[in-house]
Amino acid sequence: MDPHIQSYKKLGGVLGVLLVLTAVTVGVSRLDLGSLSLGVAMVIAGTKSALVLLFFMHLKYESWLIRGSFLMTIGVLALFIGFMFWDVGFR
Amino acid sequence: MGSHHDTVGARTGMWLFLYTEIMLFGGLFVLYSAYYRMHAQAFISTGQELDTVLGSVNTVILLVSSFLVAAAITAVQRSQTKGAMALLTGAVLLGMVFLANKYLEWGHKFHLGIYPGSPGLEDSPPGRIVFYGLYYTITGLHALHIVMGMVLLIVCIAMIGFGRIQKERFLLLENCGLYWHLVDLIWIFIFPLFYLIL
Amino acid sequence: MIPRPWAVSTERNRAIPMGETMSNAVTSFYDTPFPARFRGVWSWLFTLDHKRIALLYLGAATFWFIIAVVLGFLVRMELMTPGRTIMGAETYNAAFTLHGVIMIFLFVIPAMPAIFGNFLLPIQIGTDDVFFPKLNLLSWYLYMLGGALAIVSLFADGPPDTGWTFYVPFSVSTQTNVGLTLTAAFILGLSSMLTGLNFITTVHRMRVPGMGWLQIPLFTWSLYATAWVQLLATPVLSITLLLVVFERVFGTGLFDPARGGDPVLYQHLFWMYSHPAVYIMILPGMGVISEIIPVFSRKSIFGYKAIVGSSIGIATAGSLVWAHHMFTSGMSDVAVFVFSFLTFIVAVPSAIKVFSWVSTMYKGSILMTPPLFFALCFIYLFSVGGLTGLVLGAAGPNIQVHDTHFVVAHFHFVMFGGTGFSFFAGLHFWWPKMFGRMYHFKRAYLSAILIVTGFMLHYVPMFILGLQGMPRRYYDYLEQFAPGNFFAGLGALIMVPGLFLMVINLMVSLKQPVDAPADPWGGTTLEWSVPSPPPLHNFIERPRPGKYPYDFSRVRTP
Repeated sequence: MDPHIQSYKKLGGVLGVLLVLTAVTVGVSRLDLGSLSLGVAMVIAGTKSALVLLFFMHLKYESWLIRGSFLMTIGVLALFIGFMFWDVGFR
Repeated sequence: MGSHHDTVGARTGMWLFLYTEIMLFGGLFVLYSAYYRMHAQAFISTGQELDTVLGSVNTVILLVSSFLVAAAITAVQRSQTKGAMALLTGAVLLGMVFLANKYLEWGHKFHLGIYPGSPGLEDSPPGRIVFYGLYYTITGLHALHIVMGMVLLIVCIAMIGFGRIQKERFLLLENCGLYWHLVDLIWIFIFPLFYLIL
Repeated sequence: MIPRPWAVSTERNRAIPMGETMSNAVTSFYDTPFPARFRGVWSWLFTLDHKRIALLYLGAATFWFIIAVVLGFLVRMELMTPGRTIMGAETYNAAFTLHGVIMIFLFVIPAMPAIFGNFLLPIQIGTDDVFFPKLNLLSWYLYMLGGALAIVSLFADGPPDTGWTFYVPFSVSTQTNVGLTLTAAFILGLSSMLTGLNFITTVHRMRVPGMGWLQIPLFTWSLYATAWVQLLATPVLSITLLLVVFERVFGTGLFDPARGGDPVLYQHLFWMYSHPAVYIMILPGMGVISEIIPVFSRKSIFGYKAIVGSSIGIATAGSLVWAHHMFTSGMSDVAVFVFSFLTFIVAVPSAIKVFSWVSTMYKGSILMTPPLFFALCFIYLFSVGGLTGLVLGAAGPNIQVHDTHFVVAHFHFVMFGGTGFSFFAGLHFWWPKMFGRMYHFKRAYLSAILIVTGFMLHYVPMFILGLQGMPRRYYDYLEQFAPGNFFAGLGALIMVPGLFLMVINLMVSLKQPVDAPADPWGGTTLEWSVPSPPPLHNFIERPRPGKYPYDFSRVRTP
């Protein structure tokens, strides 16, 4: 069994940060950042998902297998998207 | 056989399953990225037609429900049975509110005559049709996952009630929780990609 | 008189207590239902025993294999002469579509992991079952459901006629029952995914203590690498097929150029799965060959670590070359260049394996048996298939031979000459382990010779036809292609009887008494240390894996 028990306080804190980040991403979308806006939104979404993964989903306390394979999955998806852009990006 | 008490292994299996879900939605994000590249202007102008307030509310709803599920695990670990059941019930109720919002949102769009194959949509520029095609596909598939996640959470509530999930034995809750968090995780990306590209 | 090669007894057989004498004393899994409360046919339909599930798969996959062989045979007979030979064009379209769909989704993808993997992976790593036995049974039911739907799709609105690739826009606009076939493929994908999930967890969590990563037999290694591809690539196919279904039902327009969609993206998504899928098909076959070659060379495998590394290399690099199927689809030139280059990289790990097998045999003490014969055919045919793959991977020649019979020949050299022959090799290798009976050797050789002779006559003309420019999937052709097609048909007439002879020979062996020893060949991996057929929990006492899975120092040949 998991030795770690995450306190309500800590989980609540994580929720707080997530809500703040949601507000930030909505706010930033109102600014005119041009082509940067999608990138900024994705960085914030990435941060939010990292928080959910690490604390809500206990990834922080998991074995190297799960952490590594999760990163691999994301990496494969990124490669699929990235390599497709050899086509889509150069049409 | 020897595997029944290996909770690490069972959780590993659940994570592997989550990877398949990530890749399933990943295929749609592949399409999104390509079509965004092809129709950037149309995507931006069409994104403004979506209700940012409703989208933000749904984001908050899912984040809070995720928190409730994570807290429910803490509650089970501390043997606070009633508390855990209450937290999970809250998460399920929030899931229902999410779906209700989705129903209103889709209903409103249908009312305006915007749905796949509708005459109103067929006359618009290509980027707009594709945007709505992706919008309905992704949010529809996501809503389906919310429904499945709610069923899993209800099963967990019942199991806590029957004493089948308890302090030393909460693997099922952990795995169902992981599923619920994943659904949240996917929404975290759907939200900016559709509601916030302004 | 049936030749009995196990008269070539091994020291190991006598040295290990669970050898020949024990096998009769132990109750095999055939006589021990699990869960124990089920009897008769229910003990199979509700079984949680990985070995029984493997045999359930074997039965179903054999059925589909025979159907698909017959369909392919009919296609070839139709093409044997120009014009109408035995069927009309509509039937022909349905026949080649079903041949492809059934072969790919119901035989080649599931066969090796689901049959040999289920049966042997737990034994090779010294455990009693897979990690999720119930999920394993569920996978089989999903497989059966997918197969049933594929049959139903034949009769509702006419059989599907899109080819196994389901390319848009035709798959969206055709009036035949493609929706149901797509659903069937979706469910079969789910089944394959769950099998992969099960194997990864099993390999990580259930290896016998003392078996490190570099003591895992190569067949299990290849299944492990395959499982990751199954897990990460299959969902992309699932969503692609779902999108086509949505397109047909709701008209979302995601692949319709008139509405801003792009049909080339369908091809991207489809091949993101389906190219890695050919490595799902071939990797376990390579694993089988890596088991067979050292056993019959009485020599440790050459380059164990290189083979492990190349399995991982193939799984990785193979996932990044999908767009070489699309050189003529209107992709950007940059993409053609990049994906052509990447395709050449995949050849490296494949070649490492071929060289390692050949080097294993060098100065070995070679014992010819049917499994080895099939394995040798594999090495030759797979090499031809792999090298012609480079012709197709090179952007320039590809333009000439794209979508011609050259592709058909290449694909069948790899999938039939490769996966098919390694499947036959594995079947003859592990048959005594699975059923406790040996088959007739001379008939096995005869069938192998018929198959491989027919194979060459069947597919080599297709290479030439392709270079001459005959497109694939066409119902009719010009007069100048007639000789090649005639010879190909002749090849089929030799090959198909060979296939049936092989199946019948194996079936007939089941009438004999169960008398195969635990280790008829002198193998060193753990499955040869248990009785044939194995008992319910595989091992009578806790297995002790050696420091190295291919240590033949204790195996003696007289």
